[in-house]
Amino acid sequence: MKTKKTFAKIGTTFLWSLLTIITLFPIYWMILVSTRTPVELFGKPDLSPTFFEKVHWKNFTKPFIDGIYSDYLFNSIIVATSNAALVTVLALMATYALSRFKLPGSESIFFWTMTNRMAPPAAFLLPLFLLFSTVFKFGDFTLFDTKIGLILLYCVFNLPFAIWLLKGIIDGIPRELDEAMIVDGANLFTIFRKLILPLAAPGIAVTSLLSFLFAWNEYLLASTLTSVYARTIPTGLSEFVTTTGTNWGTMAAVALVSMLPALLFLFAVQKHIVAGLTFGAVKG
Amino acid sequence: MLSKNKTGWLLLSPTILILVLAGLVPFFYVLYVGFFQWNPLAVDPSLQFDGFASNYRRLIFDEIFLESIWRSIKFSVVTLSIELTLGFLLALSLLSSFPLKSFFRSVHTLPLVIAPIVVGSIFKLFTVQGLGPLPHILKDYFGYTLNYGLNAEQAFWMIVIMDVWHWTPFVTLTLLAGLSALPQDPYESAKIDGANNFQIFTYITIPMMVPVLIVVIFIRLMDSLKIVDEVWMLTGGGPGYATRFTGIHIWKEVFEKRYYGLGSAMSILYLYITIVICWVLYSVMVARGKNED
Repeated sequence: MKTKKTFAKIGTTFLWSLLTIITLFPIYWMILVSTRTPVELFGKPDLSPTFFEKVHWKNFTKPFIDGIYSDYLFNSIIVATSNAALVTVLALMATYALSRFKLPGSESIFFWTMTNRMAPPAAFLLPLFLLFSTVFKFGDFTLFDTKIGLILLYCVFNLPFAIWLLKGIIDGIPRELDEAMIVDGANLFTIFRKLILPLAAPGIAVTSLLSFLFAWNEYLLASTLTSVYARTIPTGLSEFVTTTGTNWGTMAAVALVSMLPALLFLFAVQKHIVAGLTFGAVKG
Repeated sequence: MLSKNKTGWLLLSPTILILVLAGLVPFFYVLYVGFFQWNPLAVDPSLQFDGFASNYRRLIFDEIFLESIWRSIKFSVVTLSIELTLGFLLALSLLSSFPLKSFFRSVHTLPLVIAPIVVGSIFKLFTVQGLGPLPHILKDYFGYTLNYGLNAEQAFWMIVIMDVWHWTPFVTLTLLAGLSALPQDPYESAKIDGANNFQIFTYITIPMMVPVLIVVIFIRLMDSLKIVDEVWMLTGGGPGYATRFTGIHIWKEVFEKRYYGLGSAMSILYLYITIVICWVLYSVMVARGKNED
């Protein structure tokens, strides 16, 4: 009986080791490619690690210092940060309203916000493109190719997700606490500041982190609705495909850099990120 | 002091405003354009009406479009079955203890946070002819030629493998969270009654996991029906039409050929199919919820 259990343990460990190699191998190769010159990449793939002094830094300096990829990076940071901040504030307000007030039709409103996340973005590309470039016009200003346009647009998929996450958390704060504060004469702002924010702080942090991540990772809408000034790092990455004779080293370097925030978050607050991503699903 | 409901609506209004402007307005706009012929590059670049629902009539006989929908559904079903099976097995294995478990689990979460477009790049670098190690390994050790730039069948399955690599962790971790939250009493009584592991799995674990399973299926199905980014990066929809999923097909019709009217009608049909699938699953979920009450 005991040997059987040991065998099972060895088997599971072996399978998981294999799985880990499958997960890491492509990423490891990308890191290798980002450190090599085009000549080194020619011919049979060399899987041995590159020594630090042999790293071909030009792969990184060419797009980010000589090229425009630092602008793309800057745009991505601005768009993702502002969107996460906006989404968190709006979602908190909306969730509080959905959770605490008996609004007629609030169930349908909740469901309707969710449908916005499920809809395939490809179906909305044309109308959004036309609305952004010709319809929403204020004098010479259009939303097309602006950061503010992307910041507002990303609310479409981030707001529903944030409301979904926050609803469980705010529903979990007992109503009696609010009511006691109202009896004491507190207004809404005080309730938010003194009660909701401290009690829901971890949930709010996860919500804004994940909103940041989704905004950072978004590609399709950004590629269609920007052309020069507001392009984000994922759109920059896709530009490598269309050019003939792709410079693989540079491409790998850009991919690696655009992966960094996600990796940082994952190492910093892994437990919370995973809980956030799977939270609603488990609540069912 | 405002009345209570007014305050509620006031708090909701920015959210509703943004979702109406960026969600509902585009929907009605695309519905409207779908009834016209419109090509901004044509001799007459204005909206033209040639009979009720002419675009939809065309689409019903548009083999390339119908095939792209069929391809998307096939892709979703294939990836979903692989990811569910794998994810469930991995989640079950994570319930027992073995060496380095938390390390393995941490690595497993890695693909979850990587952007689809970056996943596409990683796989492109890994599998492209002349650069990636995978074609070399397959050629040298198995005598198998991998060149999905030319082979349609390989291209489709390459996308499937990429999707499984990317999203199995989501299924694993969600199911693991669900499994960990299951009540322990039924297991104990089953063991006392002398049930074996297989019986416990089929008669206790699976039925109790159905609500979580439905949610996972729901989320994964919606996501794989709208797949664009990673496919665009890896194969660009080719070779031929081999990996041209509906999202990519619409993008090409609208922004390469500038068929605004026809593209809009496609968008509406695409949305309609997604909504129908979504609605069916949602009804199942609600029906189950009612049964349990």
